[in-house]
Amino acid sequence: MASILINNGRVIDPANHRDEVASLLIIEGRIQTNPGNDVHADLVIDATDKMITPGLIDMRVSLREPGSEEDETIESGTAAALAGGFTTIACMPDTEPPMDNRAAAEFVILQADRARNCHVIPIGAVTKQCRGEELAEIGQLLEGGARAFSDAKQTIANSEVMRRALEYTGMMNRPIFHHAQVPELIADGLMHEGFYSTLLGLPPMPAAAETIMINRDITLAEITGGQLHLMGITTGLGVKQIRKARELGIRVTADVTPHHLYFKDEDLQTFHSKYKVNPPFRTAEDIQALIEGLQDGTIDVITSDHQPYAEEKITCELDQTPFGVVGLETLVPACITRLIETNLLSWLDLIAKLTINPARILGIDSGTLSDNAVADITILDPSRTQTIDPENFLSKGRRTPFANMELKGGVEHVIVGGELRYSAASLVTGMN
Amino acid sequence: MVSFRDYFQEGPIPWTQSNLLGLQYLSGEEITLILDQAAEFKRLAAEGHSKLGLLKGTVVGNLFFEPSTRTRTSFGLAAKRLSADTVDFSPSGSSLSKGESFLDTARNIEAMGVSLMVVRHKTPGAQLFLSQRMNSPVLNAGDGTHEHPTQGLLDVMTMRERCGDLTGKTVALVGDIRHSRVARSNIWGLTKLGAKVIVCGPATLIPPQIEKLGVEVSHSLDDVIPRVDCINLLRIQFERQRGAFFPSIQEYAHLFGMNATRLKRARENVVILAPGPINRGVEITPHVADGKHSVILDQVSNGLAVRMAALYLLHRRQQELLSFPPEPQVSLI
Repeated sequence: MASILINNGRVIDPANHRDEVASLLIIEGRIQTNPGNDVHADLVIDATDKMITPGLIDMRVSLREPGSEEDETIESGTAAALAGGFTTIACMPDTEPPMDNRAAAEFVILQADRARNCHVIPIGAVTKQCRGEELAEIGQLLEGGARAFSDAKQTIANSEVMRRALEYTGMMNRPIFHHAQVPELIADGLMHEGFYSTLLGLPPMPAAAETIMINRDITLAEITGGQLHLMGITTGLGVKQIRKARELGIRVTADVTPHHLYFKDEDLQTFHSKYKVNPPFRTAEDIQALIEGLQDGTIDVITSDHQPYAEEKITCELDQTPFGVVGLETLVPACITRLIETNLLSWLDLIAKLTINPARILGIDSGTLSDNAVADITILDPSRTQTIDPENFLSKGRRTPFANMELKGGVEHVIVGGELRYSAASLVTGMN
Repeated sequence: MVSFRDYFQEGPIPWTQSNLLGLQYLSGEEITLILDQAAEFKRLAAEGHSKLGLLKGTVVGNLFFEPSTRTRTSFGLAAKRLSADTVDFSPSGSSLSKGESFLDTARNIEAMGVSLMVVRHKTPGAQLFLSQRMNSPVLNAGDGTHEHPTQGLLDVMTMRERCGDLTGKTVALVGDIRHSRVARSNIWGLTKLGAKVIVCGPATLIPPQIEKLGVEVSHSLDDVIPRVDCINLLRIQFERQRGAFFPSIQEYAHLFGMNATRLKRARENVVILAPGPINRGVEITPHVADGKHSVILDQVSNGLAVRMAALYLLHRRQQELLSFPPEPQVSLI
């Protein structure tokens, strides 16, 4: 295996509290943190003015294979992930059929191996068919490679089922990723309930649907000792509830998406489906609370909630098109522009939410630049400016609210297991 | 007598909208322009000019993706009064049932030479979506619970006929505000013309933060009745309700129905409107619906005039934009 020397970059390694200009050597797929001077390497990457971070992890991606390959395949989705700077993604079980058994999880891993892009971690279903009724074969899913459990966008509405699921997964020390929305409060809903849903006549999804379910979930996590991860928090009150639960020592973590830090319910005045997401875009006050949650650590992780759909599924009426936007290829510049350029988060804090924090929640040995760690590394250019053009995406999904926006920051190189798998520009200075 | 030809062939008009998607997107002046135009058509009809040649050679498509009887008939008749040809399209028995998309259906109809689309659809924003992807002007004939601009215009026209200038007048919209596109179009039309609007109905049927549209909210029809010049009684939208918004029709009629007893509390010359189709005995008793304050049938005839005005203005704007090329030389073979 070729050795790689990454020279003179700013090393951001939150797990080791490291933020300094340094070089890294990769030999036999592992990191050497102190290469010394005058090192020989097969490949030298000049990382001057670049950020060297642990390989980024996106723990909430829908890949659509098997069943909806017109929307995305494991190959196209992982290629998009690499281009977005991710060396590891965790994929949702909401495929057709759902990933609710061991063979289905092993299929995902096999397809990811064939694609040879990034690592893929299956998230198994909590319940059979993601129907929220009977537990899936969670133990066998775990043996098949699943590292977390979720019914994706299906809320586990039955409290008894959720309680037993938390107990059962808690026994294996694995998290449940939950979409906390009371189904009957958001039935037929298309957007946040407020002035704009009234103005536009669009069926509402009240914030209470989220906060009521967060409350229930926290209570169940407390009595079961299970590990609860709340996906895609959008409400200010929800952030407060999670903060309080953590002060009480309850095992609850949470994530947000970058798009929920940018867009508001009022954007749907254009009726454009790129603003149709679940949970919906909310208000400026909610965004402020989400940012405070990121700053004080209440929100541990940033995820893309990548939801790819084929063109014919997005060019139709607002109630006919499914919820969701793609995010793998915009997450990095969106976060740099929204959180770093504005000094809302430090580099160490941002990268922690994209590396070591998701690695800990998933229980995987990844997300660091420690000596002798597997060489999953991302090199970012913090100063490059790009205008988002969905036509350039490697994902098959093209719907994004960031289309045509000018964002700062980009991905330069991605190294997976010691192998250079992606380069945006030719910064390679030598091949010996 | 001034010939209507002279009247209509004067220079450019101050109408610059390519589509009519909602009253939210119009200024008070533009609303007044349509209303004046409609009044002119109504006057001409009364003088015997019921058929005008203004849209001759134009094909108007009536694309009703949601069932409708009166609005479609009204638009069809309005187009014929202007000498346009019309094409009716409704989803039953169409290729929509074969899986063709809404957009493809509309594009196919456009490709057949239809140059003005009247569209009703159950989804808010569907007409905006079409207008962004087609060349023809799009006239919204109701998009879900969002807007129904020609209904708003005909309601406002009817009130204006009875009350004159609406500035400072007070209008109550009663009933199912939440699920009503008519309510939203009325609110925009009336407030832009300077009227005060009170929305009145059970709390479950008043959507959140509607007061930010500049309207007053009331849950007591009895309190509202003595204060208003016009009362517009909206139909209960049984088909749009997914839950229990009120306990029973009887209770609704008891609290919010317009009956003879309530009418006694109203001002002497109060105007009672109902966009229809009305549920007799629910929003309005037959006594009131057929009584001297009711202008329900005026609304229907004004609807025709308003739709003629909307079709005409959109057509003229389209012609201005196209700035028609000269007649092609057709060679005989």
